[in-house]
Amino acid sequence: MAKKDGYTRKEQKQFTILAPDMLPVHFTLVCRLLALYGYHVELLKNDGRQVVDEGLKYVHNDTCYPALLVIGQFIDALNSGKYDLQKTALMITQTGGGCRASNYIHLLRKALDKAGYGNIPVFSINLSGLEKGSKLHMSPPMLVKAVYMLLYGDLLMLLKNQVEPYEIQSGAARELVDRWTRKLVEKTRDPRQLTVSAVRKNLCAIVRDFAAIPRENVEKTRVGIVGEIYVKYSAMANNHLEEFLLSQGCEVVVPGVLGFLGYCVDCQISDIELYGGSRLRRRVLEFALRVIARAEQGMIRAIQEESDFHAPGTHFETREGLHGMIGLGCKMGEGWLLTAEMIELIERGIHNIICAQPFGCLPNHIAGKGTIRALRERFPEANIVPIDYDPGATRVNQENRIKLMLAVSRDKTISKGA
Amino acid sequence: MIRIGLDIGSTTMKVVALSEENRILHSRYNRHLSRIEDMALEQLEEIFRLFPGERFSLALSGSAGMGLAEDAAIPFVQEVYATNLSVKAFIPGTDTVIELGGEDAKILFLSGGMEVRMNGTCAGGTGAFIDQMAALMNVEADQLESLSQKHERTYAVASRCGVFAKSDIQPLLNQGARKEDVARSIFEAVVNQTIAGLAQGRRIEGNVAYLGGPLTFFSELRDCFNQALHLQGVCPENSLFFVALGAALYAGTEEIQPEEVLQRIRLRQHTGGYASVKPLFESQEEYEAFCRRHAAGTVETNNAPGYAGRAYIGIDAGSTTVKAVAVDDQARILKSAYLPNGGNPIPPVKRFLEEFYREYPSATLAGAYATGYGEQLIRAAFRLDGGVVETVAHFTAAKQFLPEVDFIIDIGGQDIKCFRIRDGAIDDLFLNEACSSGCGSFLQAFATTWGLSVEEFAKKGLFAPRPVDMGSRCTVFMNSSVKQAQKDGASLENISAGLSISVVKNALYKVIRTSDAKALGKHIVVQGGTFLNDAVLRAFEREIDANVVRPNIAGLMGAYGAALCARGKQNSSTLRAEELAVFQHQTSQTRCKGCQNHCLLTINRFDSGRSYISGNRCERPEGAKKNTLPNQFSQKRQWLAEIAREPVSGAFRGKIGLPLGLNLYEMLPFWHALFSKLGFEVVVSPESTRKTYLEGQHTIPSDTVCYPAKLMHGHVEWLIRQGVDAIFYPCLTYNFDEHRGDNHYNCPVVAYYPEVLRLNVPELKSVRFISDYLGPHRPREFRHKMYNLLNRHFPGIDRKEVDEAVNFAYRQYGQYMDRVRARGEEILRESMAQNRPVIVLAGRPYHIDPEVSHGIEDLITSMGAAVVTEDAVCHLASKVETKVLNQWTYHSRLYAAAKFVAENPYKRLNLVQLVSFGCGVDAITTDEVRRILHERGKLYTQIKIDEITNLGAVRIRLRSLFAALGQEETHG
Repeated sequence: MAKKDGYTRKEQKQFTILAPDMLPVHFTLVCRLLALYGYHVELLKNDGRQVVDEGLKYVHNDTCYPALLVIGQFIDALNSGKYDLQKTALMITQTGGGCRASNYIHLLRKALDKAGYGNIPVFSINLSGLEKGSKLHMSPPMLVKAVYMLLYGDLLMLLKNQVEPYEIQSGAARELVDRWTRKLVEKTRDPRQLTVSAVRKNLCAIVRDFAAIPRENVEKTRVGIVGEIYVKYSAMANNHLEEFLLSQGCEVVVPGVLGFLGYCVDCQISDIELYGGSRLRRRVLEFALRVIARAEQGMIRAIQEESDFHAPGTHFETREGLHGMIGLGCKMGEGWLLTAEMIELIERGIHNIICAQPFGCLPNHIAGKGTIRALRERFPEANIVPIDYDPGATRVNQENRIKLMLAVSRDKTISKGA
Repeated sequence: MIRIGLDIGSTTMKVVALSEENRILHSRYNRHLSRIEDMALEQLEEIFRLFPGERFSLALSGSAGMGLAEDAAIPFVQEVYATNLSVKAFIPGTDTVIELGGEDAKILFLSGGMEVRMNGTCAGGTGAFIDQMAALMNVEADQLESLSQKHERTYAVASRCGVFAKSDIQPLLNQGARKEDVARSIFEAVVNQTIAGLAQGRRIEGNVAYLGGPLTFFSELRDCFNQALHLQGVCPENSLFFVALGAALYAGTEEIQPEEVLQRIRLRQHTGGYASVKPLFESQEEYEAFCRRHAAGTVETNNAPGYAGRAYIGIDAGSTTVKAVAVDDQARILKSAYLPNGGNPIPPVKRFLEEFYREYPSATLAGAYATGYGEQLIRAAFRLDGGVVETVAHFTAAKQFLPEVDFIIDIGGQDIKCFRIRDGAIDDLFLNEACSSGCGSFLQAFATTWGLSVEEFAKKGLFAPRPVDMGSRCTVFMNSSVKQAQKDGASLENISAGLSISVVKNALYKVIRTSDAKALGKHIVVQGGTFLNDAVLRAFEREIDANVVRPNIAGLMGAYGAALCARGKQNSSTLRAEELAVFQHQTSQTRCKGCQNHCLLTINRFDSGRSYISGNRCERPEGAKKNTLPNQFSQKRQWLAEIAREPVSGAFRGKIGLPLGLNLYEMLPFWHALFSKLGFEVVVSPESTRKTYLEGQHTIPSDTVCYPAKLMHGHVEWLIRQGVDAIFYPCLTYNFDEHRGDNHYNCPVVAYYPEVLRLNVPELKSVRFISDYLGPHRPREFRHKMYNLLNRHFPGIDRKEVDEAVNFAYRQYGQYMDRVRARGEEILRESMAQNRPVIVLAGRPYHIDPEVSHGIEDLITSMGAAVVTEDAVCHLASKVETKVLNQWTYHSRLYAAAKFVAENPYKRLNLVQLVSFGCGVDAITTDEVRRILHERGKLYTQIKIDEITNLGAVRIRLRSLFAALGQEETHG
């Protein structure tokens, strides 16, 4: 049995900690940061049908697809024989809140018990004070640095998406992402690299490097991807959606992960606003939100000053764009952020949007499918297609729907031209 | 230049050749039987031959055409978009297109902002669905048309997905409803499904065109659409070919080289990139050894024609077949039959009995029992001696083959039943939920698609070299997996083997939900007709890695068991040969007036005044004695109705409406008190009915949300019609903290459904809809927030008034909950004193809505048990240690109620959990509730509910529960 009273920082550092690979660039950076502090984190790369099968075996089949995949991936990895089971632990992020996603860690533990891995500890990364015993120990400076890593990740992802479809030398953008990931990891060894000015310098350098990649001057259909966070980002979950869109001649636009972080903090503020709570806590949260916004602004400024790439809005701007479409109290799952991201995309001229969600995702009944009608009313040019993902959903069905969305988009472009 | 459009759908291939003047030079419509490349080659070669010397352009469309187009580098156009092109060219002025295909349903809105809608991954097929239903009724698909024309009335058939509709239609057929009426009901279901699933609030109006196979072939289907939409749509010339035409238009003037294209298609045939699993059998020898081993599970037969001893008959009136067995006094089989019921089980049973009397004139029929869906109908029709619940019948039969049996799995036509035997009693029962029925009729449906019998179809897979890995999912999903496999070039043999394997996986991982297939039991008996297919049996043994016993009468086990159960009888009351000669059966329909449910009843009348009434939710149709056992469902409804009716004297602030659904089923006492105290006239919408759902269905944006949420649309529409000044339905992230768990959330749907209504019900714009976020879980802040909110909407309410009203609301709510709890305790006390069984019918507060519970509570009381609700007993348990995050108030009550039941020494206290289909949270709670009960040795029973109106499956489940409890008592 895993220890009930939790693990000390020292004990946690003795494990090889396995973690799901939702966002390869971001997570690699964060892992390296954790390594600097003595944690051995390894991102799981195993994919394929056996991951789904393990998930189906150990998780209730009506549970959401991300839980099924993440747990399947862990168990598949433990089965592989690659890891010393006495010294392996698992790590999972938790957002907390009224969505069933808060239960992933418990479902994981249940599954581990069932699969005979009950002795493997599971650590949680969360900001909601859950799992006091097994929370991964992170100090406040570490948290701030983690935010920087996510910021770099967001920038790399954003620029890669804007360069890759147009690059003349195929693979140039990806190669640059890899190079910068390595470089940033190296830089984090040096504590001076984590000052505000050093970060800003890095951001500008990254933008300049991407701007220097030779690109074709062609028009491509821009397609935004929003939705449930895991399905939105993880290629394993969304059947390699980004690759598919690229193959269809599209430019992919995916909102960054810092926005989600901001949203999580914001939700705790709106709880206090709506239902009452401690003023001090509110101040702390507002401070955290400003830190995130400042980081975002740094990135936006770097993009605007160094290139002609499109820059996203800050968290505050995204929130403003809602104009009451849905209440800020709607805070389970992706909640109002999902709607806000769709609005932001549309207002930036990206009318084609894929709303990716696990089949039967509860919050997305509200903030996803529930708002599409109103969005079309407010933005007649919006072309939104919700796509469900689950172990039984087939690519052919999903791609057929996406192709329809693209055909409609081209039709709209033509009729506008005429 | 001739433009060729090739539309490759899920089941058919359509091709057209178009002249430059848009004249159709050639067209063909064929079933492709998944031979996609071959047929595409044939079709193209034919055209190239017909028009020698012409120049050609070509484009592909259709879901199965996508892969071919990619691999063979042929232009591709998405099929809905293709339709759009051809409609504009050939039938300009069309406003809306409704197109039904083999598995897809689409609506195109052309005028006023083009929009296209396709059915979601969950909505069942349409053409395939109609075929499936026809097979179920044992008629050819085209006969549905002539049957439907003679309909007199129709039945409500669940419209969401094919599988659900099926579980509605099957019992209708079994209960003797007229085929004519059922045929029309099937068409109506398709129409409802299309409108509810696709229109999502946008009205279908103007010039409507009907396209695609089903709408071309069935004028009755078009008629149903016309009626539902209140308009007259047209089915244009070439309505089958619009996608192909669109593809041809899309092909334009880009010339192709015929030979090159053909060559590229030929090349593709040899790829075949799909995930596969090990073949079922490597060699003929292996198969023969397998057959020899299974020959051991044979029941003896008695072939003596002059048998003069006692005989017993068992009849299993299943979903698609009737099984009948006659045994002698040593349990040897005298005669058996396995017959399709063709939608009416009575004629085959009559034939069996007649034949029995003829073949064994000297035998004495001492007893006859019935079991299965049609048990009661058959009992009444032929005056049998009794009936036995299916599970008990199967267990009895299995013991005959393997006395130490500890696990039985039965895969029948429409259901999967598995049960574990512990200490000689049925301990754990698993039935497939309506959504995952990968069973006999599932294979049947696919076999029919290829024009094969299910035996032939399954046999094809035995030696398939690379069975397709289909995973395990419900039929609807499987349709698209098959589509994908076809696209990837899988042969029929490999698909067949893949489907057999998926049936097994479905049973193991979706129904039994085992994590270790190897630990099911030591002595396993498999039965049900589906296991007669060696491919399925082999796949099962392979998956659990053990040998099992398959009786040679696997398909007859229910009937055999029923016959064995009848052996206690001395003299049978069954109709004699001379009575059978004058046997008569007539059916008619009527509405029950016994209660407000107004069930539709089918009255079966037989000769000499015997009759059987089916279709009632309760066991007491009109005229029978009223059941008076305590039932907290109806009691809570009554209390809430009293609160809703409470007159407010001197209401001066206007009319405020509260929609009675979801959390309002618990919060009604609170909000009603608050507003009436403030001087509002409070209007509460009435309990839901089917009509409530239908009135609101056109604005439901997500077709996979739970049924209680869907009902809310109808409730607000009702309130708007009452002319209220405002509708109050706040968003509540948090529920009251009852200190039972780690947090006290509402589920996302309960918490935020007001947002969905606000954004999707257009009529709400005409009324003040108050859907603000409120937090009554923090009383101190709440009164302040409520004051601000009220003043925003109704200026001039002062703080003191609000304070008083809020205090009053909390008091009223507290009193109501106290009352519920006190009544729960009282029922428990009384029942224990009388040694009466009690069922804690556990769900959410809103499950007491009669349209949600479908009268399950009445069914339980009619079986002799009292019903209490989870919120009436959860306070009696100490804090629960859960293995999951216990963070939702309503769900915490479930865990607490389960703990209370588990720990209670009173053996006749049990829990049945109601689960709404689509409830994601219950994916977590069901496992946990099951665990809590099992740890203390109590049985766990789960009932999934949706818009389904038939209670056949629920009845079996409950009867099995009571049968198991009865056994337990005699054994324990």
